[in-house]
Amino acid sequence: MKAKIVITPKKAVLDPQGKTVQTALEHMGFTGLSGVHVGKYLEIELTGSDVEAARKQIDEACHKILSNPVIEDYRFEIV
Amino acid sequence: MNFAVLQFPGSNCDQDCVHVLRNVMGHSARLLWHKENSLGDTDAVLVPGGFSYGDYLRTGAIARFSPVMQAVQAFAAQGGPVLGICNGFQILCEAGLLPGALIRNRSLQFRCEQVYLQTVTTASPFTNRCRPGQILRIPVAHGEGCFFADAETLAQMKANDQVLWRYVTAQGEATEMASPNGSLENIAGVCNAQRNVAGLMPHPERASEAILGGADGRLIFESLIHSLEEKKSARAA
Repeated sequence: MKAKIVITPKKAVLDPQGKTVQTALEHMGFTGLSGVHVGKYLEIELTGSDVEAARKQIDEACHKILSNPVIEDYRFEIV
Repeated sequence: MNFAVLQFPGSNCDQDCVHVLRNVMGHSARLLWHKENSLGDTDAVLVPGGFSYGDYLRTGAIARFSPVMQAVQAFAAQGGPVLGICNGFQILCEAGLLPGALIRNRSLQFRCEQVYLQTVTTASPFTNRCRPGQILRIPVAHGEGCFFADAETLAQMKANDQVLWRYVTAQGEATEMASPNGSLENIAGVCNAQRNVAGLMPHPERASEAILGGADGRLIFESLIHSLEEKKSARAA
């Protein structure tokens, strides 16, 4: 099994990276962009096959260390 | 006084802190490796700057789980003073010992320069030797120093007088240009509600001797030492 985790800056938090990437894209002629948000993607390889237990564990890891709840949101899937 | 200066893999201002505490301030200071479980005989803890754990994941995110940080949590819970400088500030925020978080500078640049700090309140162990509103000239050197807290947290912090320092111009104006990182309301340093834990992005240990271009940073160490001495004499009385 694998956990695929996406961590993104919260909407209320300044995202200067996203803003800079958006400006660069616009300079290159890409149109119709209303926002760019730069986050992180993590893949964690898991042993075992208990999806529920894995979900619980990954959720705890996301909350405790992988994301900072003050500035980031996270979502994940176990596949 | 006995100071413990923490040392993580990637700390790089630890020796400067020890130097200032020992040779400039004339107190006892020792380095404490991150794997230590106990602080020993310590009056105050300094969490120095650097790039602990290579800033991997987020600045300070991994250091906060070091064994020594458990001891710091317990020390702080009993009212022991803790000061985090730069990466130390980031670690204390990640550890939940200070409110808010420090994110990438708005300019995306690593900024290394002299800044002016306004002393927002003198009612703390870290500012009590400053005049109200006193402006300190101290250098910064960071890429992730933009302070953020949600509106509710910020309102609470202001109600509790927890903002200790703000970036201002030499004339004392908190303009956008005066801030090297785009911090919320030009916040440069804060303390917790109990006022015994504080953090700031600028480096007072790099501005404690005239030969280094300025000694305004000394006031922060003098404040801390003054409050420790007061505490000690109150205990003795």
